[in-house]
Amino acid sequence: MGMDLGNLTFEGYRRENGRMGVRNHVIILPVDDLSNAACEAVARNIQGAMAIPHAYGRLQFGADLDLHFRTLIGVGSNPNVAGVVVIGIEPGWTGRVVDGIAKSGKPVEGFWIEQHGDIATIANASRAAYRLVKHASTLRRTTAPLRELWVSTKCGESDTTSGLASCPTVGNAFDKLWENGNTLVFGETSELTGGEHLVKARCRTPEIAARFQAMFDRYQAVIEAHKTSDLSESQPTKGNIEGGLTTIEEKALGNIQKIGRKCLVDGVLDKAETPSHPGLWFMDSSSAAAEMVTLCAAAGYAVHTFPTGQGNVIGNPILPVIKITANPRTMRTMPEHIDLDVSGILQKQMTIDEAGEKLLDCILRTANGELTAAEILGHREFSLTRLYESA
Amino acid sequence: MTIHFVVHDEHDSVGVVVVEGVKAGQELTGWIMDQDRMITFSAKNDIPIGHKLAIRDIAAGDTIIKYGVDIGRAIAPIAAGEHLHVHNVKTKRW
Repeated sequence: MGMDLGNLTFEGYRRENGRMGVRNHVIILPVDDLSNAACEAVARNIQGAMAIPHAYGRLQFGADLDLHFRTLIGVGSNPNVAGVVVIGIEPGWTGRVVDGIAKSGKPVEGFWIEQHGDIATIANASRAAYRLVKHASTLRRTTAPLRELWVSTKCGESDTTSGLASCPTVGNAFDKLWENGNTLVFGETSELTGGEHLVKARCRTPEIAARFQAMFDRYQAVIEAHKTSDLSESQPTKGNIEGGLTTIEEKALGNIQKIGRKCLVDGVLDKAETPSHPGLWFMDSSSAAAEMVTLCAAAGYAVHTFPTGQGNVIGNPILPVIKITANPRTMRTMPEHIDLDVSGILQKQMTIDEAGEKLLDCILRTANGELTAAEILGHREFSLTRLYESA
Repeated sequence: MTIHFVVHDEHDSVGVVVVEGVKAGQELTGWIMDQDRMITFSAKNDIPIGHKLAIRDIAAGDTIIKYGVDIGRAIAPIAAGEHLHVHNVKTKRW
């Protein structure tokens, strides 16, 4: 018996481009590493403004630079963001990020440091941030159907309980959301190794399956070119191994429980690419948690679901990250990091379907404004994916 | 009744310990999820939560099955009830 999600609604922020957001952030976004200090100073001056420092943005070129811009513009355009101040070292690339974000219709202002210095830049950018916070504070939540909520998933510090219960919980919720017409995404290309044939078989058309396989094969070639024995305990990670996962195949089979049993893969995305229509999308992405969640934020997703076994503590500056665990030791030792405990599944005290419904309820409460554990604890991991060395 | 370990599918080679403090010699109650059936086993080692025990005798070189799918190969013989992890199983992929 399926749960009818068609009548469910959430209260969010309707943005200029029609998308629904669930947070109302004013962000101070550096184009490059050199501008972090000015951005952080603006955020200290203006209550309600949030700096998003990062490590890159200099001497990148080609596809790696395209990804840098796509990620920054995507994050600025995300519907969880009400307005953006962009600061770069020079006007050219600063303008490129500002123009990209402006296409979403939201207020954005750019500043650059050369020929002004940090102090004047901080003063001018602080005045802009002041105006944007004032504007954001006037915006009100309005009601929208659940299907307008874009939901992403990625798991981390997985263990065997992830594949038994917390990933199947997300999969159950994804099956329900997919049937409801929501826009969904999963990724982690390298962490499908050993289960890639199962994902390929779930692709809606032979063309989508071929594109998925090409992305998988490309990533495998990168790993083959650089690999060490067991990938230096990076895949599975030391934490995965501590949690009982023995091989990448075992980890992958647990990972892909997140796409449930019914939903089909409706398309594939490049890193940080925005999907063009509802359905379940595969994004060719890193399996490192902060990188993948950052790419989901850049693609426009509004809420993230994150199963963990051993207790990954991740958050994101603009995307609320809901953490789910089925490991009773993790619940005992670090419960403040967990939003949904589904360990009852392992003692037959809760079915996976019941857990999926609890997760949907948690997603709705988060969308309506309830803070996640990661938000309360100040986790704002923002990691840009690099494709290769700088020029 | 406490469930000490969980098996995805009855054809799998392994079960996952889902409680803390399993000791060698302990009688364990297991739940096979897909068939919703209970089994019992005796642990041959102390096994941490999340780690696996073999639920059949496995020879070196055998393929290990979990979720009904190949997850790697045994590099040493593993007796039913024994701790199965990186010391006796390796990936076939990397």
